[in-house]
Amino acid sequence: MGTARAAAILLTKELRLEFRTRELLSATVIFALVVVVLFSFAFDPTSAESRRYGPGLLWIAFLFAGSLMLNPSFAREQANDTLDALRMAPVSSFAILSGKMLANFIFMSLAELVLVPVFAVLYNLSLAGVLARLILVLALGTGGLVITGTVFSAISAHARMRELLLPLLLLPLLAPLLIAAVEATASLLTEPPALDRTWVAFLAGFDIVFLTASWLLCDYLVEE
Amino acid sequence: MRSLTGRILGTVIVAALIVFAGYAALFIAPDEKTMHEIQRIFYFHLPSWMTCFTAFFLTFLANIAYLTTRRPKWDWLGVAGAEVGVACCTIGLITGPLWARPVWGIWWTWDARLTTTFILWLLYIAYLLLRGLLEEPERKATLSAIFGIFAFLDVPLVYMSNRLWRTQHPQPVIFGGENSGLAPTMKLVLLLCVIAGFGVMVLILVDRYRLERLRYEFAELRHEVESRASDALFMREKGRS
Repeated sequence: MGTARAAAILLTKELRLEFRTRELLSATVIFALVVVVLFSFAFDPTSAESRRYGPGLLWIAFLFAGSLMLNPSFAREQANDTLDALRMAPVSSFAILSGKMLANFIFMSLAELVLVPVFAVLYNLSLAGVLARLILVLALGTGGLVITGTVFSAISAHARMRELLLPLLLLPLLAPLLIAAVEATASLLTEPPALDRTWVAFLAGFDIVFLTASWLLCDYLVEE
Repeated sequence: MRSLTGRILGTVIVAALIVFAGYAALFIAPDEKTMHEIQRIFYFHLPSWMTCFTAFFLTFLANIAYLTTRRPKWDWLGVAGAEVGVACCTIGLITGPLWARPVWGIWWTWDARLTTTFILWLLYIAYLLLRGLLEEPERKATLSAIFGIFAFLDVPLVYMSNRLWRTQHPQPVIFGGENSGLAPTMKLVLLLCVIAGFGVMVLILVDRYRLERLRYEFAELRHEVESRASDALFMREKGRS
């Protein structure tokens, strides 16, 4: 079976699993909302200030929520040893990994679909004019988050205290992604909005580097 | 016995080197024109940075070698490099702010090199934490090697992102062109300090590697003893019935 087809089948399996309960999605959205609201108590969210802090706040909320949401991605395969079954299936390990990455990308994007409008309302930002460019930045940033996060969730699934371990592994690694995503988002909120291409290219580079590394290392990752 | 003599000899040589390097940095090296005494910390700051990056690079190579060969010795080198690197990195992160406070007027700044080193430190501490939290030896070696490779790939990205963002660290003075550079005596003292620093690094690295090997061998032997003991018990029970 081709990798793409196998990944698509695994993706539907992940989606079906999630949409039966929608536990993960609702928890992620609520968690990110809590972070956004708590931040607004820490900083005064008046309009001028929010333009400065807003993008950073938004991405911090995404990264924190993501580092919690990605935990069950592999850990939940352990309850019934279903990862062994996946390994025995005649599919490549990259299909398993990329199926999960795609599923996580969809979950994270759905969460962002709820969070970005709420954030824009709470912080009084008008995003209508820059929507297409904002989606590009969000997609690239979320891509980097789920690529590295899915790999690390496979690593931390075998460890003790895995819920605590995943953010510890993931968040320092995402420091460059955070800088680039925040700067790119901030460049969209200036007057007039001017998307900073350097940071968009940087985000794309981040995704490519780690996607390639995941592809090269996935055999070792899934086999263990 | 031979290895013991070698270790003692190595330790004595490195100890002599580091004492002499310390003396040279404090008393032989000439006074710096604008920074005066505080500049002398540089003789330890730069070597700590160099050894730190060398150790992390060794870990990266060992991680790749482990995944391709599956020989446990590469895992031992990986953990040895990461631990020694974190130690050297800590020295660099402490001596840096001590120097920066009088010279820049601030303890810390979010400059490209400082931030990169700090993130690097966090990443390798995470690497060591991860190793502590994984139980089974082979799985521990494989998964931590994967994380190590990801962590090292992140270093140029952290550096680039901060470089694009802001930077304040002094530019390289040694190879920086005609008017930059160190006085000849300073250069010699620096060279001595770098050699002494690498001596210390190699010494600890070798010891840490040996410790990891002993731990591995001990675990193997214990496993062997336990399985033999349970075999013997089984045979005895069988003989009785």
